[in-house]
Amino acid sequence: MNSLDFSTLGLRAINQKLQSLDPGTNEREWTITNPMGQHAIACGLTAPISVTVDGHAGFYCAGMNQNAEVTINGHAGVGVAENMMSGIVRIKGNASQAAGATAHGGLLIIEGDASSRCGISMKGIDIVVGGSVGHMSGFMAQLGHMVICGDAGEALGDSIYEAKLFVAGSVESLGADCIEKEMTAEHEKTLADLLEKAQINKDAKLFRRYGSARTLYNFDIDQADAY
Amino acid sequence: MDDKIPQAAPRPSATFDEYTNSEIRRAASTGIYDIRGSGAKRKLPHFDDLLFLGASISRYPLEGYRERCGTEVTLGDRFAKKPLELKIPITIAGMSFGSLSGQAKEALGRGANLAGTSTTTGDGGMTPEERGHSKLLVYQYLPSRYGMNPDDLRKADAIEVVVGQGAKPGGGGMLLGQKINDRVAAMRSLPKGIDQRSACRHPDWTGPDDLEIKILELREITNWEKPIFVKIGGSRPYYDTALAVKSGADVIVLDGMQGGTAATQNVFIEHVGQPTLACIRPAVKALQELDMHRKVQIIVSGGIRNGADVAKAMALGADAVSIGSAALIAMGDNDPFYEEEYRKLGTTAGSYDAWHLGKDPAGITTQDPELASRLDPEKAGRRLANYLKVMTLEAQTIARACGKNHVHNLEPEDLVALTVESAAMAQVPLAGTSWVPGQGY
Repeated sequence: MNSLDFSTLGLRAINQKLQSLDPGTNEREWTITNPMGQHAIACGLTAPISVTVDGHAGFYCAGMNQNAEVTINGHAGVGVAENMMSGIVRIKGNASQAAGATAHGGLLIIEGDASSRCGISMKGIDIVVGGSVGHMSGFMAQLGHMVICGDAGEALGDSIYEAKLFVAGSVESLGADCIEKEMTAEHEKTLADLLEKAQINKDAKLFRRYGSARTLYNFDIDQADAY
Repeated sequence: MDDKIPQAAPRPSATFDEYTNSEIRRAASTGIYDIRGSGAKRKLPHFDDLLFLGASISRYPLEGYRERCGTEVTLGDRFAKKPLELKIPITIAGMSFGSLSGQAKEALGRGANLAGTSTTTGDGGMTPEERGHSKLLVYQYLPSRYGMNPDDLRKADAIEVVVGQGAKPGGGGMLLGQKINDRVAAMRSLPKGIDQRSACRHPDWTGPDDLEIKILELREITNWEKPIFVKIGGSRPYYDTALAVKSGADVIVLDGMQGGTAATQNVFIEHVGQPTLACIRPAVKALQELDMHRKVQIIVSGGIRNGADVAKAMALGADAVSIGSAALIAMGDNDPFYEEEYRKLGTTAGSYDAWHLGKDPAGITTQDPELASRLDPEKAGRRLANYLKVMTLEAQTIARACGKNHVHNLEPEDLVALTVESAAMAQVPLAGTSWVPGQGY
């Protein structure tokens, strides 16, 4: 285990060290101590390493992650794992707004709650939230899965495209063009696999599925009042 | 003498003119607002309303073709380790693969290379062909983040965070289903054939404090090598420029309302934003007050057409200009050669702006393979390079006549205005007077 102390090394030195690691490196286990809620920690990683941020992180922690497994032993600020391409990001606490925004791949696990716009414009990522999500989560969500073990705030899945949303608790309201959809055995299997991968103990049978009604895919003046 | 009572000639309304009436009929018939490409078409105060004074007894000129007049420009040396070094102060504006054909994007890269300048991606990401054919490529970071990935970010020569654009400050993008073929759909992670609306706000930041952190993240991911541009639409140029500088931008891209777009509502294009001429001085003032003029560079776009426009933008304080619509015209867009086909589409060469429909006879704003094959990227690139070089020579001609050994040495003092409006916007005297409207008598 290699340890990097943020309070003495600072952001640039830590990111430079982690970003420069060769994909075949033997130094696979890293811990960042004293992160102090600073921004852009462990962003832009490319090597298949494991990084633990031992405390709270600010904005864009693990942003654009590729291959790495990042664990935050605390809460995460805005845009955690934004535009992630692959790998795993786990937040032991809660996540602020826009968690997993525009992310193309990988798995984002938020063990606590996520704030508003979780999964906004997601493009293929899988997101599993142990708690609840705030308003406008899944806004313009394009691809991927979002699993919400708690409740969803208002306007869930507004203007959603092809992403699949699963909610175990209540949904305050659905956004434009988002509807409840049939949960097939295949969906239930996908959901169960995601919960298992995320190591979150929740029965897949408790969830309902939401997705796009696809009425807004091509402009139609008679749908203008949907907004 | 005829004893018939003379009749007054039919008098068309200035308010309900022919175009206005046709638009009312079109809206009533279709129930859809008018969507089109290009920028503002209405008559606006512009660079044509300014004149250079030239040298006289009090100033002496430089010899044409004999005495040096520099045109090189460095963009992004505030924080970036690898700023862009351009031979000419004219760049190619962001235009997406999707709105433009692959051949057109290639031609833009080829033309820019020959002229020694940069080109820019657009909404939809970076294609390998575009990267391959562009020596200097600016990668746009847009609200939609279509095709956005860190590998391409690292391949770019600069990153342009797009906050807004002149044709639609405050608006998002739109690429109608007709242009969404398999490749475009895959790059944007969306199904084929659906309308792709790009968000108007970035998904993970709001306001200048957040933008500062976003820029920090982009720098961290790219090892602080890439210049970070911030592109703003011409709405509140003084404040937006100051806030972009505060947020850590290396370069400001300021796009006035004549700047083109691939597609948006006509009402947006014509009624939101300010003319390019009105935007430059407030933005430059913000830079000067922050002691950042020439330290944070400003690129002006929106209606740049010739070397005179380039020189005038420079004189008002720009470090460089950017062209989009003009580059497309240089490559063949709206060429009378295709007049017969334009007429079949219900328009005429020079007026064609249905760029969103993908039926461009010139093969530029299309994804139709047959139409796109009409554009030879090498020839079109050559035409673009010729045009860029002509504009540069024209700007040098004017600068030398004003006694400047670099186009950056042009200054407001070299200009007068032909109209009160342009004098007020450019903050230069009305020709024949010492009166700068808005600055007292």
